Amino acid sequence: MSRDSTGKILSVAFLLCVVCSILVSTAAVLLSERQELNKAEEKRRNILLAAGLYQEGVPLEEQFRRIEARVVDLRSGRFSSDFDPASYDSRAAARNPETRFQIPPKQDLAGIKAHALYQDVYLVKENGRLQQVILPVYGKGLWSTMYGFISLDSDLSTVIGFAFYEHGETPGLGGEIDNPAWKGLWPGKRIYDDQGNTRIEVLKGAVDQQSPEAIHQVDGISGATLTVRGVGNLLQYWMGQNGYRKLLENLAEGVEL
Amino acid sequence: MEHYLSLLVKSIFVENMALAFFLGMCTFLAVSKKVDTAIGLGIAVTVVQTITVPINNLVFQHLLKPDALAWLGVTGTDLTFIGLICYIGLIAAMVQVLEMVLDRFVPALYNSLGIFLPLITVNCAILGGSLFMVERDYNFAESVVFGFGSGLGWALALVALAGIREKMKYADVPPGLRGLGITFMITGLMAMAFMAFSGIQL
Amino acid sequence: MSQAKDVLLDPLFNKNPIGLQILGICSALAVTSKLETVVVMSLAVIFVICGSNASVSLIRSQIPSNIRIIVQITIIATLVIIVDQFLKAYAFGISKQLSVFVGLIITNCIVLGRAEGFAMKNPVGLSFLDGLGNGLGYSIVLLLVAFFRELLGAGKLLGYTILPSTSEGGWYLPNGLMLLPPSAFFIIGLLIWLLRTWKTDQIEKEN
Repeated sequence: MSRDSTGKILSVAFLLCVVCSILVSTAAVLLSERQELNKAEEKRRNILLAAGLYQEGVPLEEQFRRIEARVVDLRSGRFSSDFDPASYDSRAAARNPETRFQIPPKQDLAGIKAHALYQDVYLVKENGRLQQVILPVYGKGLWSTMYGFISLDSDLSTVIGFAFYEHGETPGLGGEIDNPAWKGLWPGKRIYDDQGNTRIEVLKGAVDQQSPEAIHQVDGISGATLTVRGVGNLLQYWMGQNGYRKLLENLAEGVEL
Repeated sequence: MEHYLSLLVKSIFVENMALAFFLGMCTFLAVSKKVDTAIGLGIAVTVVQTITVPINNLVFQHLLKPDALAWLGVTGTDLTFIGLICYIGLIAAMVQVLEMVLDRFVPALYNSLGIFLPLITVNCAILGGSLFMVERDYNFAESVVFGFGSGLGWALALVALAGIREKMKYADVPPGLRGLGITFMITGLMAMAFMAFSGIQL
Repeated sequence: MSQAKDVLLDPLFNKNPIGLQILGICSALAVTSKLETVVVMSLAVIFVICGSNASVSLIRSQIPSNIRIIVQITIIATLVIIVDQFLKAYAFGISKQLSVFVGLIITNCIVLGRAEGFAMKNPVGLSFLDGLGNGLGYSIVLLLVAFFRELLGAGKLLGYTILPSTSEGGWYLPNGLMLLPPSAFFIIGLLIWLLRTWKTDQIEKEN
């Protein structure tokens, strides 16, 4: 059979496809378990980091035992038992027209157009009393969607920790939102004022420490104006009525969820 | 409508494939000596991009993504791991088919594009376009707009660079920098100019 | 033996894929802001290029010429997917930073260029060495670029502080430009200048 005959072409193409598909599938199947594990561990680590509970060297499983995962219905602010928190995927739900909330364009501060009706949240309890609540938040920065977790103290307004775990901002400029020094500015800041208005904001420039507003304000990052504006906006959104506001009110009133 | 218009402008300028994401750089630097050839290659890339991104979108939506085979009655599938090989295969096939169609029906255009067509398969702007489409989860209409816009943006940047390089003939460049070296520098400066578009919210 | 040596060493400086052949530039720009990602990227490219060169050369007498490009692409894509899966399983953090650029190794023209230009005509061992040489030549440029970008842009190397920056209480004011992708163009341009001052035969003729 000559090298360029149709039969030869077809048989080479067929053999190549078989060999390649076997190789690719084997790799995918053998490694998928580890990959899933990585993803799950990554998420848990991020939750612990936001809560300030992460300890290097201690098995994640053990550290995570203090944390209770729940799925919350954002419309009512109540927990839902329709989903298993361990496997619930809010990003997938945000893509599904049936399980997502289309944000009216005027209210879309975070620039995300739509999000899932249900979100997974994490509670840290000690002897049955709520210590911290950890909430996933995300929104548009300059280039990319930034995903992070914010952890609130038991007064449900004071920040304990806030960190992004996934973003595509410019390294060295917007990417400085990962800088430990900047993340260190967040703990102790209050999301809401005494009247319950969402007040948290990121300034352009430094916060005047004397100002009575300073408790709600965080320094901007030079060269990252648009990124930190995005950070402020996404918190405004997620801490508002469409976001976790109802859940936080329910938790504060001690409503049985 | 407004949404598609802003996506188009965004994919041409703000997220320019060549100058914001640096995709397709090899051909970008190699085939930018003359404006005429740059225009030819630019058209070819735009055409291929406008065809392949939507087709790959269909493949992704109906074959690869989790549970995409539901229309066959099969659920629980997730074939995203063979995405890469499917996209590049489709791109290579589309380029080949386009080549044959042009040769048969529009020989004039085929002759002017001739040598550039096979090059397009390995132009990472094309594969990059398909990967971005998957990552951003565009629907079919969006992927048509994005494919066209990103191709056009790349072509625009290529023609602009070729224009500058033609003028470089009159410049006295140090011998070691001549050709490739200075082209890198120019592209760097162009990319910085394009950064002015960054952060524009549409 | 000397042929094997030439095949391996030529691509490092004499025929550098980035400096002279204009191949594989896209990824050189996007992933070079940190040394760590570059090391992983270089290893991935070296693996893919050696593997594809060896396997293309192995079956070179069987490949019908009509479909040779698509055969090569399929082999390359297979190797890239395997690398991608491995990174996701064993270097998850880095694979996230590299994102689409691992996939784009498929269209890294060095790989296809060497498969088409060298492996189709040469025996397996030599093709493997050619892949290794070109992979190394590519890596050298990438490592140099990343070295300067990370050092001048963040004052660090591989994440360790070398020049303590002012924001962390040191004296070095990081050069923000170095972290932006366009700076890679300037550094590569300067590297080419340097290379061609050393190897004057690579200077392009005036046209």
